[in-house]
Amino acid sequence: MSDQSSVGKPVSRLEGRLKVTGAAKYAAEYDAPNLLYGYVINSTITKGKITSIDTSAATAVEGVVAVFSHENRPELPWLDIKYADMDAPPGTVFKPLYDNEIKYNGQPIALLVANDFETARYASTLVRFEYEEEFFETCLDNNLEKGRDAKKGIATLLKPPPPAPTGNFEKAFENSAVKHTAEYLHSTEHHNPMELFATTTVYEGNGKLTIFDKTQGTINNQLYVANAFGLSYKNVRVIAPFVGGTFGSGLRPQHQLFLCVMAALELKRNVRVTLDRKQMFTFGHRPQTYQKLRFSTDENGSITAMNHLAIGETSQFEDYAESVVTWSHKLYPAANTLLEYKLAPLDLPSPLDMRAPGGCTAMHAIECMMDELSYKLKMDPLELRLRNYSEIDPSTGKSFTSKELKQCYLKAAERFGWKDRNPEPGSMTRGNKLVGYGMATGIWDAYQFPSRIEAIITKEGKLIINNAVTDIGTGTFTVMTQVAADALGLPLEDVTFNYGDSQKPFSMFQGGSAIAASTASAIIIAARALKKKLLKKAKAISNSPLKAAAEDDVMFKNGTIRLKKDPMSVVSFQEIVASNNGRPVRTVNMGMPHAFKLRKYTKATHSAAFVEVEVDKELKTIAVTRAVSAVAAGKILNPKTARSQITGSMVWGISKALHEETILDEKLGKYINTNLAEYHIPVHADVNELDVIFADEPDELINEAGVKGVGEIGLVAMPAAIANAIFHATGKRINKLPVHFDELL
Amino acid sequence: MPIVKLNINQQTYELDVLPWVSLLDAIRERLLLTGTKKGCDHGQCGACTVICDDKRILSCMTLAVMKNGAAITTIEGIAEGDELHPLQKAFIEHDAFQCGYCTPGQICSAIGLLTEGKAKTREEVKELMSGNLCRCGANANIIDAIMEVKEGGSREQF
Ligand code: FES
Ligand code: FES
Repeated sequence: MSDQSSVGKPVSRLEGRLKVTGAAKYAAEYDAPNLLYGYVINSTITKGKITSIDTSAATAVEGVVAVFSHENRPELPWLDIKYADMDAPPGTVFKPLYDNEIKYNGQPIALLVANDFETARYASTLVRFEYEEEFFETCLDNNLEKGRDAKKGIATLLKPPPPAPTGNFEKAFENSAVKHTAEYLHSTEHHNPMELFATTTVYEGNGKLTIFDKTQGTINNQLYVANAFGLSYKNVRVIAPFVGGTFGSGLRPQHQLFLCVMAALELKRNVRVTLDRKQMFTFGHRPQTYQKLRFSTDENGSITAMNHLAIGETSQFEDYAESVVTWSHKLYPAANTLLEYKLAPLDLPSPLDMRAPGGCTAMHAIECMMDELSYKLKMDPLELRLRNYSEIDPSTGKSFTSKELKQCYLKAAERFGWKDRNPEPGSMTRGNKLVGYGMATGIWDAYQFPSRIEAIITKEGKLIINNAVTDIGTGTFTVMTQVAADALGLPLEDVTFNYGDSQKPFSMFQGGSAIAASTASAIIIAARALKKKLLKKAKAISNSPLKAAAEDDVMFKNGTIRLKKDPMSVVSFQEIVASNNGRPVRTVNMGMPHAFKLRKYTKATHSAAFVEVEVDKELKTIAVTRAVSAVAAGKILNPKTARSQITGSMVWGISKALHEETILDEKLGKYINTNLAEYHIPVHADVNELDVIFADEPDELINEAGVKGVGEIGLVAMPAAIANAIFHATGKRINKLPVHFDELL
Repeated sequence: MPIVKLNINQQTYELDVLPWVSLLDAIRERLLLTGTKKGCDHGQCGACTVICDDKRILSCMTLAVMKNGAAITTIEGIAEGDELHPLQKAFIEHDAFQCGYCTPGQICSAIGLLTEGKAKTREEVKELMSGNLCRCGANANIIDAIMEVKEGGSREQF
């Protein structure tokens, strides 16, 4: 490592200047000559058929270019597989404008294209649709009995079905000293990134398209467009260097991409389609979920039996599943477990992974259950967690590659001042406020995806790294530049990381907190290969001072290779490239998870959240006044950006517990608060002191980088910690999220 | 079509726009100053905040024709050449953004807030910045950045 090593340092975002000056360009902000504007038209019924379309009034408006619907759309492939993206759940993928069938309210049913945005928006209101309506069901709570097992498919790889029962749950539960049963209900949530979903398609002619898209996966969307429209892969280029938040909503290609490309190809023109905020509620969402838990312990608090049943909502056409019931047994040992997961298909769009999908839903229920048990046992909630602490994964008997959860509990409890808690509900006050302390545990997967890196040393002796990955605000650009700089012993300014472009080497979509581990490991592997190649070429230079040097004898520092023993024996990268006839030295390498070695281990991140709430004694309004999260996630590459991932997730935790929900009118079968005034998220005034601790967690096993990912773990423990704090403040358990303060009145 | 004269970042533009074109769309789509963001188009998120005659306004709730002759500063006009405004520097230093989409609005709004001079405490700054949403949850860092500049500099700076 060089003196200026930057991994582990709080480097400010390298794209910061672009973001604070407005120079960073997002998908809807690329100009193209004679650009047309498309406006999506959505179904106003929930289920049924379109019986007729009248576009005459709309097309009579000056400036309207075309109206596309199922009646006049171009010939499209019939096979579902042509529309399947890398994140498609088992089932039949939704094909926009495919036929006259309406599967959900807000379904895109037409695209109106005009010369300018205002005309497109106005004329879209003039298109008349007649429908034949059918009976529909959208409310999970009324349809729990429809719950059935989820279909299996490729997505099941990342989200395995629940494990088989162990022991005899019913008998053990019956015979246990302490037991508790509770139900938990979660509302729908929508990702609502600040940036609206948008695509700008530049029609280059000859079947070539350059597409600026809002996505978490440039290659995923490139493949989708090429397959759906029968284009060759190399002719479709998807670019997304700046992405204004996604939180899962960009994991799959969204319909504005499809419609925009379709219009561009048909009209042979450059087209932009931007959704409006209301339309941001017409695709994926976090599903409504029902959970019922029955846990029991012996008189000392050791868990004897756990039953976790979850029923999630899905669409009628795809089986979107989450890992909800797999977590409790990864945390707590119990001889008797019964873990069940069901899906109830409803007339809604398919749900879609939303930050910590399944995990934050499950851990709310599990950790509130633990709190209930702690009260029944008259035991401190933290003590109950420690009593049931497991160094191995109880569900498989495997070791963890690393697990510093205990450190998280202890450090966060200390920083928070947990010992000052009087366990009696309602016993702590501050003026006219009831004060509550609550805590909870978090756990999340540590995934790694394959990633391919091109690494190049230029004739100036600088390093270029190329990869198709996006940076959705996570800090990927900055952090990967740091990793690459250290791997080659270069200062940050000598490294260029090119990303957000499907023409660069392969990356999976940016999700599941997997990208830091995936891309960093691949960079380290590519750097190793590049160093080997550079040394070989350095040795081949005539009179090379490194002639006899082996790999272990040299160090890479500041664009040179030096003998460790004799630092004056040096060859610079520039000399190497010059001796290579001026041709840059280049390697392309694949980073892969060590599946074989790791099959003996469980990989997970952990966290502990401690939260203080204040509840107004009369009005019962709730505020999270402070929170401490301790996170164990392997090596932290950049504490500044990683901390922001955690505080951002903590705000999401506050939001899930107290603010956000999409309200469904079950009679109309539609979401009714589809705007940012009525879909509440925390504003600045709702966010108080947030403190983050990173546990020391060296992990030599997990991957080359020792990294586990921090995008989601900060959210997982927060909702339960808040709900538990509300109980501590008020003595009331509200198991439906978000908690409405009037339920405390 | 009405001709609207807008002075944006000290440059005069003459625009042929229909009366229902919002100031936001005029700035983004006609003048290609895309630093100003659209998050809702309904006055609910603050992403489109610009400074108009020294006041922070929501450009999505303003028609371009209403601002004939007005002096407008967008995020592109905040820095003095290469020299970033203290708030811009503080935002970078405090990691007051993740995806960066709300950032131009937050910065313009914060400049407006500091000019108004109403907010005295951190709590008041939070309250009076609450029209600017941040879905990435960078809230605490945003307020830290504003507080640093507020406490570090005199009001004349803005
Ligand atoms: S775009 Fe103007 S307030 Fe949201
Ligand atoms: S930084 Fe992403 S919305 Fe604020």
